[in-house]
Amino acid sequence: MIPERWINWAVLAALIAVPLWALLADAPFTITLTTRVVILAIAAVGLNIALGIGGLVSLGHAVFFGIGGYAMGILASHAQTYVPLELFGMSIEGTKSMPIIWLTATLLSALIAYLIGLLVLRTSGVYFIMITLAFGQMFYYFAISWAAYGGEDGLSIYVRNEFPGLNTLVPIQFYGLCLSILVCVLFLKARLVASPFGLVLNAARQSSVRVETVGLNPARIKLLAFVISGAITGLAGALFADLNRFVSPQMFSWQLSGELIVFIIIGGVGRLMGPVIGAAVFVLLEHWLGGLTEFWQICLGAILLGIVLFARGGVVGLLTGKEGAHV
Amino acid sequence: MSDPILQTRSLSKSFGALRATQEVSIDLKSGEIHAIIGPNGAGKSTLIQQITGILPPDSGSVHFMGRDVTTWSTPQRAEAGLGRTFQISALATEDSALENVLLGAIGAMGRAWHMWRPAPKMSALRDRAEEALARVGLSDHAHTRCAELSHGMRRQLEVAIALTLQPKAFLMDEPMAGLGSEGSKALTELLSRLRDEAPILLIEHDMDAVFALADRISVLVNGQIIATGTVAEIRASRDVQQAYLGETA
Repeated sequence: MIPERWINWAVLAALIAVPLWALLADAPFTITLTTRVVILAIAAVGLNIALGIGGLVSLGHAVFFGIGGYAMGILASHAQTYVPLELFGMSIEGTKSMPIIWLTATLLSALIAYLIGLLVLRTSGVYFIMITLAFGQMFYYFAISWAAYGGEDGLSIYVRNEFPGLNTLVPIQFYGLCLSILVCVLFLKARLVASPFGLVLNAARQSSVRVETVGLNPARIKLLAFVISGAITGLAGALFADLNRFVSPQMFSWQLSGELIVFIIIGGVGRLMGPVIGAAVFVLLEHWLGGLTEFWQICLGAILLGIVLFARGGVVGLLTGKEGAHV
Repeated sequence: MSDPILQTRSLSKSFGALRATQEVSIDLKSGEIHAIIGPNGAGKSTLIQQITGILPPDSGSVHFMGRDVTTWSTPQRAEAGLGRTFQISALATEDSALENVLLGAIGAMGRAWHMWRPAPKMSALRDRAEEALARVGLSDHAHTRCAELSHGMRRQLEVAIALTLQPKAFLMDEPMAGLGSEGSKALTELLSRLRDEAPILLIEHDMDAVFALADRISVLVNGQIIATGTVAEIRASRDVQQAYLGETA
């Protein structure tokens, strides 16, 4: 069977080769499609830290995706209209600078993840899934009724935000930015998994009482994992909003939370490249089959069923011949 | 003799009408193995859960290293030096043996928040983990997944994880459970050597092991300690004969 390391490098090579081919073949839409894959993959890599290593099946990760999206939308819309944002008696200038937007999206998502985590981590199993879903819906309906930022219609940002030294309106340049972030996030995740923190988190999923017995508090470990996970998904949200130049309550929807889980299951739970492969399969199916029939999700359902029944390790599990993410 | 390392004072716990432990007072002194025996349902599990902090007692207190730890959480007690093993192995079964002992080393050395360097490459952690594996004789299986270890090896691994904590006292819940005579003999030898390092409160069904190891034995029946004494005293006691040993002898 194929070693997982080879698969990782092959996926990375494809992420570089496909857009370059599209550039030469003058197929800008393919670049946009690949950008979409990369951004959704970042969001799912974030979720994979909580779900794949920590065993926290969050059906509310769209919260962070949406927070990132709205962080971008709000900052950029104020920059667009030159009206400063009034917040807690402070007057904050809007900005079109990607690094500042990314930082805001990441920190805000981390903060919200911390607050939500304090509550949801008191539960486990089905209750955990339900309460994370409930938080997702709360944010979703809040966004719908938030008329100041478009409410149900969402918020359009007319020009893509800026990154020093690049013209982000050129698809391949924006793609390069997103891919760089994905690579950083994947590197971070790989380090995290091997680190003492990752080892403890991984053990906490398997046996909470074992972790307590060595003098550690599994709830605190999981909380930090949830925060890191939310922060990464939030960063992806800011990028996603920038890709579409549009933010809407759909970013908070439970369907999106579900799709992130689907990416992970298709690719392989806990695997480094699982979310990337899963996002690619999903986006390609959506594009190709979605062009043929509006019932394309029936095919997706069949694929999911097949994976859950016959290939629990997802695509990576199939290729490596090892069902588990470990050893 | 010095103050006991671990002591329970009049621990009581009821579940509705069932009085699982009643006024249980036992102590563990340095250098000894103190075995707790008793028939099924005698309250041994409830007693352990109170000592490790999983169940709060209705009344009474737990003292460890001269401090009242009754209100402490399980992780706090572990950090203070209470190393326990489980009756049914509680291991990270998808992980290798080495990763399981590394977990103990991470807990003991307070490295859980390190996120950058790979755990197996941190030499302080690795040394402690490998030493613990070597002491229980599992060095050759360091990279075997737990799920693929034999039952006996998993029992040894339980002890190895406790060793990484360098505890002040061991609390072992039926370490011999399910072991064949060979495995039981090997583990008996290991535990016998351990007592000089830290005393062991041993809950055990295997009478051969108990009689071979224990310096003192307490007999728990219906939630009460009915006798405490040396091996010879317990063997000679009529009450114990009737309550417990009679059934198995």
